[in-house]
Amino acid sequence: MTELTDALEAQITRWRTWLRRQPALRPEDVDELEGHLRDQIAALLEAGLAGDEAFLVAVKRMGRLDAVSREFAREHSDRLWKQLVAAPEEDAASGRAARREVPVVLSLAVAAALAIQLPQLFGHQFGESGFYALNASLFVLPLLAGYFAWKRGLDRKLCLWLAGAFAAAAVAVNLVPFEPGGHTELLAVLHLPIALWLAVGVAYVGGRWWGNVAGRMDFVRFSGELFIYFVLIALGGGVLTAFTIISFEAIGLDVEGSAQRLILPSGAAGAVIVGAWLVEAKQSVIENMAPVLTRVFTPLFAGLLLALLAAMAWTGRGVGVEREVLIAFDLLLAVVLGLLLYAVSARDPLAPPDLFDRILLVLVVSALVADGVALAAIVTRISEFGFSPNRVAALGENLVLLGNLGWSAWLYARFVAGRGPFAAVERWQTAYLPVYAAWAAVVVLGFPPLFGFA
Amino acid sequence: MNIGKDLVAASATPLVLAILAEGDSYGYAIIRRVAELSGGELQWTDGMLYPVLHRLERFGYVEARWATAETGRRRRYYRITNEGTAHLAAQRRQWQVVDSALRGIWTGMRFAFV
Repeated sequence: MTELTDALEAQITRWRTWLRRQPALRPEDVDELEGHLRDQIAALLEAGLAGDEAFLVAVKRMGRLDAVSREFAREHSDRLWKQLVAAPEEDAASGRAARREVPVVLSLAVAAALAIQLPQLFGHQFGESGFYALNASLFVLPLLAGYFAWKRGLDRKLCLWLAGAFAAAAVAVNLVPFEPGGHTELLAVLHLPIALWLAVGVAYVGGRWWGNVAGRMDFVRFSGELFIYFVLIALGGGVLTAFTIISFEAIGLDVEGSAQRLILPSGAAGAVIVGAWLVEAKQSVIENMAPVLTRVFTPLFAGLLLALLAAMAWTGRGVGVEREVLIAFDLLLAVVLGLLLYAVSARDPLAPPDLFDRILLVLVVSALVADGVALAAIVTRISEFGFSPNRVAALGENLVLLGNLGWSAWLYARFVAGRGPFAAVERWQTAYLPVYAAWAAVVVLGFPPLFGFA
Repeated sequence: MNIGKDLVAASATPLVLAILAEGDSYGYAIIRRVAELSGGELQWTDGMLYPVLHRLERFGYVEARWATAETGRRRRYYRITNEGTAHLAAQRRQWQVVDSALRGIWTGMRFAFV
């Protein structure tokens, strides 16, 4: 091939250095683009252009580098997850937006902290009335959705839809004549946040929910990171509360009651908003924790499940059919699903299957087998016990999770065997997200009339 | 003629897959082939081809490998997979529907286009 002059080489090196600074581009992508540039230059030199003319034309044909690197970022948003921001269009503008964000977040957090206190003015005691437990998520999640609506610049129509969804949920759960302290009320308390989380998700992805695999995966990542931040903030809050109580006790004032009534709910409500903002802003400060925990616990849970299966086979013992067993297996499936989800979200979709993927497959398959054994025992005897709301909810959850894991296992096995792309697993997981919300909505709205509000 | 951005983007997938169905290739050669096929009418911004190729790779429609070219430099070669061939066939049917619909209405039109 044609030897390039030193000046031309220097220009290519400068071009390459600029590309290397782009977070969405990996070194091998830069190699690929550089190869293209050199081919183009060689062809132009052949056609009779001078060295620097050839370079200029080749660079021009390559396109504006920031546009190209934005296109890479769109395709590989997972890489940017560690890098704080997706190639900002204008630095000055995004700096202003970031400065405006802090007051918005703080006012939303304060609003959430105050909103959760409102019912106490009307005689609903925190921790005592069902009203509180039922409505807690309705005081916080609309504000969280509002934060994302503001941040992503949601259009008015979608904002109205989301507000309508929250309002409809609020009206519905408060009109249902629950028997105080009954099972259906407790189930509604547990399931309402799950159903409403979908609305937060729609706001999180900026309204582009349909067919947006990457956006939904980001939302899954966000949910896991928010949970971790929330737990961290809660730990700090616990220390703060304990210190408040002890230090006031030292001067002879008992504030334990008011601390629990005021700090606990307000702190928790504010922590959700602040945690969400931290996840958004500080993605790179602490490396993503959810994938790290996944790496640690996937082999451990796989080992546990294999031991359980081996013990069942060795001793010939079946599983008990108490309700607690079913709930335990629901939790097990939820944990396995969580591990799978975060392993999927943190994985480089193009890397070939490795040992970790096999361990994950073992984990999923053994969870399926263990759950199948438990489910078979329960289904054969459920008629004896009759259908109570708790049992039906637990059974339904089990089937929802089983459906997801069953198909995931099949897709994952295909991928590990080299017969399918990893993207299929990703697509399946993100497509399944609304199913959880739908089932939770059924439990919240359908169960009370079905079981006589008991 | 300046072909609209959306049309260029929509036609990128079937074009790239069809070119790879002719035989394994690499980025620069794909761009050249596109220019050749369209008589130079279809101008891509060269850099934009690579995100498209990477997307096709993620969907499992193409496979990539690094190999040393006759120039001595390493190049990333792309090969179409069975899934890619199937997707190409599906895309082809879709484009044929669009094409025949447009033909149907254009031949029926009385006035001439300049």
